[in-house]
Amino acid sequence: MAQVTLSEITKVYPNGFTAVHPASFDIPDGEFVVLVGPSGCGKSTMLRMIAGLEDISQGDLNIGTRQVNNVDPADRDIAMVFQNYALYPHMSVRKNIGYGLKNRKIDKDEIDRKVREASTMLNLDDYLDRKPSQLSGGQRQRVAMGRAIVRDPALFLFDEPLSNLDAKLRTQMRIEIKALQRRLGVTAVYVTHDQVEAMTMADRIIVMNEGRIEQIGTPVDVYNTPETTFVASFMGAPPMNLMAGNIAGGKLRVGEEPIAYDNLPHSGDVTIGIRPEDIVPDERGDITIDVTLVEELGAHRLLHGTIAGQDISIHVDKDNMINTGALRVSLKPNAVSLFDAITGKRLT
Amino acid sequence: MKRAAFTNRWLPILLLVPQISIIGIFFYWPAIHALRSSFYLQDPFGFSETFVGFSNYASLFNSPAYGRAAIFTVCFTLLVTILSLGIALLLAVKADKVVRGAKTYRTLLMWVYAVAPPVAGVMGLILFNQSWGPIADLFKSLGWDFALGVHYYDTAFAMVLISVWKQIPVNFIFFLSGLQSIPKSVREAAMIDNRSTAGRFWDVTFPLLAPTGFFLLITNITYSLFDTFGIIDTVVKGEPGNNPMTLVYKVYVDGFRGNDLGGSSAQSVVLMVLVLAMTVFQFRLVERRIHYT
Ligand SMILES: Nc1ncnc2c1ncn2[C@@H]1O[C@H](COP(=O)(O)OP(=O)(O)OP(=O)(O)O)[C@@H](O)[C@H]1O
Ligand SMILES: [Mg+2]
Repeated sequence: MAQVTLSEITKVYPNGFTAVHPASFDIPDGEFVVLVGPSGCGKSTMLRMIAGLEDISQGDLNIGTRQVNNVDPADRDIAMVFQNYALYPHMSVRKNIGYGLKNRKIDKDEIDRKVREASTMLNLDDYLDRKPSQLSGGQRQRVAMGRAIVRDPALFLFDEPLSNLDAKLRTQMRIEIKALQRRLGVTAVYVTHDQVEAMTMADRIIVMNEGRIEQIGTPVDVYNTPETTFVASFMGAPPMNLMAGNIAGGKLRVGEEPIAYDNLPHSGDVTIGIRPEDIVPDERGDITIDVTLVEELGAHRLLHGTIAGQDISIHVDKDNMINTGALRVSLKPNAVSLFDAITGKRLT
Repeated sequence: MKRAAFTNRWLPILLLVPQISIIGIFFYWPAIHALRSSFYLQDPFGFSETFVGFSNYASLFNSPAYGRAAIFTVCFTLLVTILSLGIALLLAVKADKVVRGAKTYRTLLMWVYAVAPPVAGVMGLILFNQSWGPIADLFKSLGWDFALGVHYYDTAFAMVLISVWKQIPVNFIFFLSGLQSIPKSVREAAMIDNRSTAGRFWDVTFPLLAPTGFFLLITNITYSLFDTFGIIDTVVKGEPGNNPMTLVYKVYVDGFRGNDLGGSSAQSVVLMVLVLAMTVFQFRLVERRIHYT
């Protein structure tokens, strides 16, 4: 168990491509941090630098109190779960789980005991003598987990460990992994491009885009107060509505449609962000939306429409029977996020 | 799978005829002929033959020359197989570190395979030539009076060296592609589990290379036993004298030089049985042990 500190960590690949621009953050002991972002944004690169599988081009990496930039992966006191599990195909489940311990000069009985403990925890007792090729995807995933937890490391690293599983199993494993991490109290860095996974598992989320950190915060922070338009559109399904707007005389408008806000300190063009569920149908509301399509989602209903010529979607409960056509709505308090129209940075 | 249906029942037979006749004419017929000849004693001019039962086999197993050739064959096969596999593996492991991803470089290395085999035999002879071969010169300058085709061990040494040399590129390519087919993440997982490079090699890389290695082991044994005929022939130049030779070469020498067709046939039959045994062993083992996916 340990705190992890990254300061100005940079990755420039040998071909000159900068995959990670200087990034700094701390992970307190025992925290579950999720690195999320679209494909190619540098999440794996970041994780692999922490693991020691990729050289750090610049900056300092500390695990615990130790600077580990030039420490071998095997000596960093970490355990990693790979996307394709990376099990040793010629070893039984028992040997797969125990291999890391065997190389750390732990005696046989102790290894046996630990492997048993891990396999019981992961419901793998019946499979200890099988080869990985004789297991299902979910079971392989558990073996990969077993290999990590049996080592009792200071830090867990996960690189999209659930992306090869079907949707149902993914939801189940998501909960199991999180519960396991809680129970063991081990610091964890988890990489995913799935924002639902990020929201549900993280103590803190780090959103990355094109090699840069866009925002670091709790799931609630990141969801409610996105720092940039990128975060606003990446987190949440359906994503936050982003519309071009204008502030004049402290009043905010989308096209000619006034959005009920007074005395705003800014002026000029802005990007307005509103979460679909923060817009509520309201006969006395003073915003009119032209609903063009109603999407049934069972528990919810998603309305697609336009406001002053710009696309907008609204998330309503199933009890709200709504037809296409003009709809009057109002906004929940604090529903509006404002972003700089050019830089995309949050204004308030 | 889609089954092809022939409307004309003679067409499939017609299509099979070339393959079957090739196998029949060049394999089964000579094999049967050899089996038959091994029970007869031919007169040197091939005009008559007498049935002698197992006496050809009996004299074979009582012949000290045959015993010597058998022992030499075993040593030769072991040396050539172990050395060419070992050296190729070492080179492949070293090359793999450099070549990962570098496709052009890899292709360049593979060219050796296309170029080497036919040239290697002749080059070996030139290098080891007693009067002007540079390797022979080198040995002489080190005080080793190297005489190819004269001293038994010198000749054996050259045979092994040329055979190994000729086989390394093939083994190298198979090992290299075997190494490159090991998933990167498995190696990386091993890097986290084990800090020792040698430990990782023996625990993870080597076992994952086993299917390739086993296939190569069989092909290399076959190569050492049979395909080295050309090399031995060039080195010995058909003058057995005091020179070492393998069992396969002895079949040729006894049969075509010594005109002992019956004895030579008996030797061929022994070799056929050997090959059969190896094939059975190979299939058994491949089926049982070595597959993972
Ligand atoms: N060895 C390399 N040399 C050069 N560029 C690389 C190398 N490996 C990765 N990259 C580039 O670095 C960027 C980040 O890659 P990385 O694997 O970290 O992405 P990722 O965020 O994990 O994406 P994904 O979700 O698809 O796994 C990508 O644009 C990729 O093309
Ligand atoms: Mg990745």
